[in-house]
Amino acid sequence: MEQILANGVYLGSQYAMIALGLTLIFALMNVLNFAHGQMYVIGGFVTYTFYGQWGVPFVLALVMSCVTLAILGALIERYLFAPVIKGSAREESTMLLAAGIAFFLDALILIIFGEKQRGVPKIVNGVFNYDFRLIMPYDRILICVLAILSIVAFIGLMQYTKTGRALRALAQDRTAAQLMGVNVDRYSMIGFALGAMLAGLVGGLLVTITGVNLGMGGPTSIKAFMMVMIGGAGVISGAIWGGIILGFMEAIGLAVLSQYGDITYLLIFISLMIFLAVRPQGLMGKPWG
Amino acid sequence: MMGFSGKQLVGVGVFLVAIFVGVPLLINVTGRWDFYFTLTSVALLSIASAGVWLTFYIGRINIGQGAFALIGAYVSAILVVKAGWSFWISLPAAGLFSGLVAVLIGLPILRLRGVYFAMITLVLTQVVTLTALALSITNGAKGISNIPLPSGVAIFGIPLVPDFGAMENTKLAFYLTACLLMVVTYAALYRLVNSRLGHLCRSMQQNEELASSIGVNIAYIRVVIFTISSFFGGIGGAMFGSIAQSVYPSTFVVADSVNFMLNCFLGGLGYVFGPMLGTLVLYFGWDLLFEIGKYQMLVYSLILIAVIRFLPNGLLSVRLGKEGKK
Repeated sequence: MEQILANGVYLGSQYAMIALGLTLIFALMNVLNFAHGQMYVIGGFVTYTFYGQWGVPFVLALVMSCVTLAILGALIERYLFAPVIKGSAREESTMLLAAGIAFFLDALILIIFGEKQRGVPKIVNGVFNYDFRLIMPYDRILICVLAILSIVAFIGLMQYTKTGRALRALAQDRTAAQLMGVNVDRYSMIGFALGAMLAGLVGGLLVTITGVNLGMGGPTSIKAFMMVMIGGAGVISGAIWGGIILGFMEAIGLAVLSQYGDITYLLIFISLMIFLAVRPQGLMGKPWG
Repeated sequence: MMGFSGKQLVGVGVFLVAIFVGVPLLINVTGRWDFYFTLTSVALLSIASAGVWLTFYIGRINIGQGAFALIGAYVSAILVVKAGWSFWISLPAAGLFSGLVAVLIGLPILRLRGVYFAMITLVLTQVVTLTALALSITNGAKGISNIPLPSGVAIFGIPLVPDFGAMENTKLAFYLTACLLMVVTYAALYRLVNSRLGHLCRSMQQNEELASSIGVNIAYIRVVIFTISSFFGGIGGAMFGSIAQSVYPSTFVVADSVNFMLNCFLGGLGYVFGPMLGTLVLYFGWDLLFEIGKYQMLVYSLILIAVIRFLPNGLLSVRLGKEGKK
């Protein structure tokens, strides 16, 4: 039981970070970022290159992941999303763009990093063992703590800084924010960069445990969509709840249902559909987002 | 609305001659027999895309067509292989079954809108893939292979459809069948869009509450439209499975659902024939880029991004620009 709970916290903290980036981008620009999983994979590969191959300290490699993705996100927003949002008759056109970017990043990852599964040396050795009821490698605990710290830092940024206030204003009402003197274009870019950066940070953190490979992008995006739907699209607290709930469901499902084969995700999907039929806007979302 | 201008009739005539006579002749002359398979796939995928386009028509972004295509493919395969039905009966059965599933699933999820509907349909594709893996009737990951080719149909001894297994050129036969299905689908779609139901759909696309307030039964219409859409998906998928002679859980996955949606976007959402053009361009472009090997995906996605960056309203919007606003 303790083991399941610990696994749930561990999975949930990572998932929450992935969902946070996606929901931030959605809240600011009404863009469903299909490329989120690919950004996560790129973050993993950057950390792998710096830490695993060149021997740069892990923390520095993480920072490099964040910087790379932030720049990538800013460029994508500035030169692709912003003009398309302005020029298109229907805002759903951004979905096509997002899907195109997802394909593009996949191709880029394939060419630069190849298709092999990559892993890095452990950052901390040893296993935490509490009476054989709770077994957890130290590096997982460290990653989990780092993830939770990042989430706290992110919430702090959103709540207590000028940038965060501007971003929240933008998410609430774009026109009103503009009228109050928020530089909408600039903060959209910052917000997108921040969302992409979160994806890169999770990728960098997780490469130490699960490794990274090309095929992880798509499934990660789908999981992130699910978390966002559970919590409600465009709501920060919703994304965190969604991540934690999905993490716990997965941990419990894998422990309880393992003898029935691989049906955990099938059940999660079905319960999600039933849940959304009852509460379409998710746990915390505004009706019709 | 049924009065066609002379120009339209000529256009349709030219199109029909081109796909039923022109393309086979051209392939005969150039000897590129592989194009048959490509074009057949285009025709079938554009049937499924037509369904997606129809859900766009009521203002819903549908990324779940892969699910219904997979259901259709499995239903047809199971009926042919395990129950011994003729393929030509299993084809409408597959469409109807997909439609039935769409009614059951659509009733709850069609209450969702915008991004929520898009995401739940995306998840739906994944659910169907996982279901196909978990069930025993679908053979799990092994899938159903060695599906026999469609058999002949004869009424009172008069052969209506020849036996595909006995034919020497099944590629041509499949191509013609797929094109025929596509033409019928788009004719039906055109008729539907220009009918009373089409007008009601347009009113829903613009504002569901307003449509509802003037007496449009929106709950009923959206289920009907979603069912028709999924029927198209099922038909397309079933035919696809029959040509490939096999169905696996990975025959239609999330990427295919996204592609169906892209076809519609690329062709332009305001035009009935948009999805057909979009499918042709996307699928053919992908196929032509095969020769550049590992850069295929890179170039393809770059073109895709460039198109949406500079023509955000779809390929057919170029023509719209010339003629001014519709």
